[in-house]
Amino acid sequence: MKSFRIAALAPLALIAACKPVVLAPAGDIAIQQRDVLVISTLLMLLIIVPVIVLICLFAWKYRASNRDAEYDPEFHHSTRLELVIWAAPLLIIIALGALTWVGTHLLDPYRPLDRIAEGKPIEEDYTPLRVEVVAMDWKWMFIYPEYNIATINEFATPVDRPVEFSITATSVMNAFYIPAMAGMIYAMPAMETKLNGVLNHQGSYDGFSSHYSGHGFSHMRFQAHAMQTADFEGWVQKVREEGTDLTRETYAELEQPSENEPVTYFGTVAPGLWHALVNRCVEANRMCVDGMMAVDELGGFGNAGTMNVTELTTKVFTRGKTPFGAAPVVVDAFCTVLDSERVYGEEQLIVTAKDTSPLRSHALDRPGTSLTPAYTLLTAPSRAQAL
Amino acid sequence: MSLTEFIFGRLTLEAIPYHEPILVATFAGVVVIGLALMAVMFRYRLWGPLWHNWIVSIDHKKIGIMYMILGLIMLMRGFADAIMMRIQQAIAFNGSEGYLNSHHYDQIFTAHGVIMIFFVAMPFVTGLMNFVMPLQIGARDVAFPFLNNFSFWMTVGGAVLTMLSLFIGEYAQTGWLAFPPLSGIGASPSTGVDYYIWGLQVAGVGTTLSGINLLVTIIKMRAPGMTMMKMPIFCWTALCTNILIIASFPVLTAVLVLLTLDRYIGTNFFTADLGGNPMMYVNLIWIWGHPEVYILILPLFGVFSEVTSTFSGKRLFGYTSMVYATIVITILSYLVWLHHFFTMGSGASVNSFFGITTMIISIPTGAKIFNWLFTMYKGRIRFEVPMYWVVAFMITFVIGGMTGVLLAVPPADFVLHNSLFLVAHFHNVIIGGVVFGVFAGINYWFPKAFGFRLNKFWGLVSFWGWVIGFWLAFTPVYVLGLMGVTRRLRVFDDPSLQIWFVIAGIGVATIAVGIFAFIIQIAVSIMQRDKLRDVTGDPWGGRTLEWATSSPPPSYNFAFTPVAYDVDAWHDMKQRNYQRPLNGYQPIHMPKSTEAGIILAALSTVCGFALVWYIWWLAALSFVAMAGYAIYHTFNRDRDYYITAEQVAETEAARTKLLATQV
Amino acid sequence: MSHVTLPKDGAFHLPEEPHHPEGASTMLGFYIYLMSDCLIFAVLFATYAVLGGSYAAGPGPKELFELDLIAVNTAMLLFSSITYGFAMLAMQRHNSKQVIGWLLVTAVFGAAFLCIELYEFHHLIHIGAGPQRSAFLSAFFLLVGTHGLHVTFGMIWLFTLVFQVRKFGLTSAMQRRLGCLSLFWHFLDVIWIGVFTFVYLVRMV
Repeated sequence: MKSFRIAALAPLALIAACKPVVLAPAGDIAIQQRDVLVISTLLMLLIIVPVIVLICLFAWKYRASNRDAEYDPEFHHSTRLELVIWAAPLLIIIALGALTWVGTHLLDPYRPLDRIAEGKPIEEDYTPLRVEVVAMDWKWMFIYPEYNIATINEFATPVDRPVEFSITATSVMNAFYIPAMAGMIYAMPAMETKLNGVLNHQGSYDGFSSHYSGHGFSHMRFQAHAMQTADFEGWVQKVREEGTDLTRETYAELEQPSENEPVTYFGTVAPGLWHALVNRCVEANRMCVDGMMAVDELGGFGNAGTMNVTELTTKVFTRGKTPFGAAPVVVDAFCTVLDSERVYGEEQLIVTAKDTSPLRSHALDRPGTSLTPAYTLLTAPSRAQAL
Repeated sequence: MSLTEFIFGRLTLEAIPYHEPILVATFAGVVVIGLALMAVMFRYRLWGPLWHNWIVSIDHKKIGIMYMILGLIMLMRGFADAIMMRIQQAIAFNGSEGYLNSHHYDQIFTAHGVIMIFFVAMPFVTGLMNFVMPLQIGARDVAFPFLNNFSFWMTVGGAVLTMLSLFIGEYAQTGWLAFPPLSGIGASPSTGVDYYIWGLQVAGVGTTLSGINLLVTIIKMRAPGMTMMKMPIFCWTALCTNILIIASFPVLTAVLVLLTLDRYIGTNFFTADLGGNPMMYVNLIWIWGHPEVYILILPLFGVFSEVTSTFSGKRLFGYTSMVYATIVITILSYLVWLHHFFTMGSGASVNSFFGITTMIISIPTGAKIFNWLFTMYKGRIRFEVPMYWVVAFMITFVIGGMTGVLLAVPPADFVLHNSLFLVAHFHNVIIGGVVFGVFAGINYWFPKAFGFRLNKFWGLVSFWGWVIGFWLAFTPVYVLGLMGVTRRLRVFDDPSLQIWFVIAGIGVATIAVGIFAFIIQIAVSIMQRDKLRDVTGDPWGGRTLEWATSSPPPSYNFAFTPVAYDVDAWHDMKQRNYQRPLNGYQPIHMPKSTEAGIILAALSTVCGFALVWYIWWLAALSFVAMAGYAIYHTFNRDRDYYITAEQVAETEAARTKLLATQV
Repeated sequence: MSHVTLPKDGAFHLPEEPHHPEGASTMLGFYIYLMSDCLIFAVLFATYAVLGGSYAAGPGPKELFELDLIAVNTAMLLFSSITYGFAMLAMQRHNSKQVIGWLLVTAVFGAAFLCIELYEFHHLIHIGAGPQRSAFLSAFFLLVGTHGLHVTFGMIWLFTLVFQVRKFGLTSAMQRRLGCLSLFWHFLDVIWIGVFTFVYLVRMV
């Protein structure tokens, strides 16, 4: 009997021996998410366990060989019983629905934290650590706008300091996930998602992409280090000293697919890079997506807009030549009136905005302290392809 | 463009993967088995009968059986993929890359998903509905028998295209829903995604048409007296499933067209650069994808209802609430699609709405479980093989349902989404629900289809192999999900995970025993067919009309059109001492076989293949041929014939004689 | 089989084989098919609703669409529906010559519609506003083009039926086929009214 009991406990021991990070995370948000998970499970077990017991009981008791059991072939309707079998799940779902509504709103990844841990509320004038995350093929880039540094495949934060991630992707969809810290959120091209979280215990945790994104996906992992504030300052210093410059050209090289990238540091970051990469205009002659959306909001750019494109010359992971139709193009940044005269000569076609209110994008969050204005006026198109 | 490029498009010798030993070995195996089959066919002169009795047949029973065979063959392929994935994940630790590179591994998990859903589960479900439903409503065939044959061969065409990618070119490496931009022409320039698209489009035409066909059959061709609320519950679930098919597969067709245009002519539906929106693809495909889940499970709910009621010797408990539960699930299945991507960053209110609608579905589903439970209550349960599957299903499915509701709680989903927990959940409901149901159905209706029961011993071996194997394979996967392991990974860093993958691998091996035992079960049963013979046509003490006719049923199903007065029409007839009429037979009007279905489907498959490889002349030619042949077919007015009263009398007299030997 | 009366003696089978009118379910089946087709259009309309404002700094509807031309186009299709209606009336009078006549008139209107549409597409592509230029144009070409493809398919079907009416006369099978095409043709009309309203009118004003 005793050995049987030990055998029955063996799987539990095995589970305890593994590291169920989802059930024992190190960050307050993930802990609250774990709590929701556990409470929901218990709520449902209230009905699941009796049902399983009844299934076994009825299957055993009413077996054909058991002639003692009552047999009533006409028992096929009972209003009272049917009320119960609809009402019981309904009650559970009402409870679970309430939990869901509240939990979803409180743990919305976009919502700034209101506490660092249980019993540790946030002070009024606290600014979170802002980190800009770029899912690339197939590596992660972290930009720290406060410190003007960036890293590849390594993330660090002071313990107990709330972190606000802004997340995007260069080409395909990924999901940004540090299980010990907080739930995941998608990283998508030309989109910016947000995630708020905090790590409460010193240590190194796994982070990875949890949305399949192509051949290098398995190696798209990084370490998330939670360190004491002084250590973090030291780490920042180390990145500054060891790092090279992250220019737009470097970024363009990084953007190309590569697998198993080592940890890399950048001591400086080109101004406006984050805004440009979210809006897909790191190359200077491209129109930024937010600018494009602002133009579209005013009704587009008229027939002249058909000329405002250039054949794509650099390799972009998600664009390619199709069997029919022209080569892929990108929309050029607008040129000034002078540029227009230079390009189109006498037969110039100057389009004035139909609305003179300032151009602003409404669909995307404006990414914080970007140095580039939302609407970019840049150099002339490399060549006016349509002419 | 050179001449070879014109003739062969982008198809070159390089497309044949002769440098991949695994594929070469597979190919050799396929050739050997194929040649052996051909030899047998020639030796026993079976080509003629195969063509006349099966391939061109428009008999719903034969088409149903052919669907089941297709599902079974494709199950082997899909399961082979599963074994390969399990082995890779069990060994790729401590710096080992395993034995599959990402190019191969990524194709395998994509093909596994696509094949299991579209070419295993769908044919099984459609096959069961095709075989059983017309018999249960007392009809002679479906509403559009030719269309039925055509739908089947289109499904086969889709499967053929998918299988061809093994030996010519490659399959998609995008995951089974092929999200852009990854499935766009830039990130996936090769033929993989094109095979995916055209395979699904060809099969999708078949599925949609078969949905229309079966729906019209249920609406128009029920036996006199069988009002909607006297219809067997399996027919109700078939009705709802076909409504779901008709109302969701067009969405899949449309969204795949958008993807096709992005890939073939460079439109901008899902590109990020010129105003397109990849998130729209995710939304659209899940608007199809979620109802698809219920398309798969609802008919099996029907199977479980029939089996429970028959083997408990009782009428189904709460028939009316069962019907309403099915209808509620049908409607709600359109209001939940966003729960597949809570993590996309929609607001909290949107997420909670879709989370709560998802949970609401568990109420009618829960009611169904209780209904089966109380059908067993005060019953006299005969534990034949189908009933084993039902009990295993009920226990397995409530747990799968629980983890499903868990994933519908957005905060919990944020930590479990895309993890192995999710993988374990949907295998829990699809294996525990759909596969268990299909095996229950096969064991239950096999004597109806072939005239002899299946061997019980091997049936139980198969049963325990599947059930134990399932839990052994997927409990570790649940645990791994809680350890934060995400899906579709090829190699792992953390050595402590390995033991779980090894256990899961042992589980899959156990399932393999279950599958193998099923094949033995069929072989043994064929050898023992005289001992297992069912001459009564009612081997289980059935309750619905399919048991009123002989096993296997004659081509006309019923000598006289039956009349139903009760939900359990056949039970009612037996209770009231129904006497089988022995004379007064009438000639019966029947549709004629036609080869149009397979010809049209073959042409579409060729067209799909040509489009995959950019062989434009062949695509155009086969398309024109298809249109031309379809028009030509409309000129064919020789589409029906009469079975004479004498022939009916002869068939029925043979049965009378057989029945007499029983008394 | 609701028209079959139940046997009065409570027998469990019908003594006579009930009469199955050939193709009794065809109209219902075809109608359900049209509903599934309607869903395809619903997806395309939804796509247009999502992407219809994404001009990618290119031209928008106001520059591209000529409402006068589209009004003429709409008239063509509406007229073709009316003339198809006349063909159906002639069918009820069992006048196969008139049926063929009206069908041919319908075909002329249908062809005019297609020609105008092709002209519009050609014009747009010619000025550089092809389906590759922006998501808006992709969605526009797909929605309008799918409708056009349906009309083309309907035309092929229509000529097949003209030929078959000549060959077989107005048999019940032919009447059924004419009925199906009638449903199809009017269905395309309804879809076009949606296209005209949501694609052309709404964004123009």
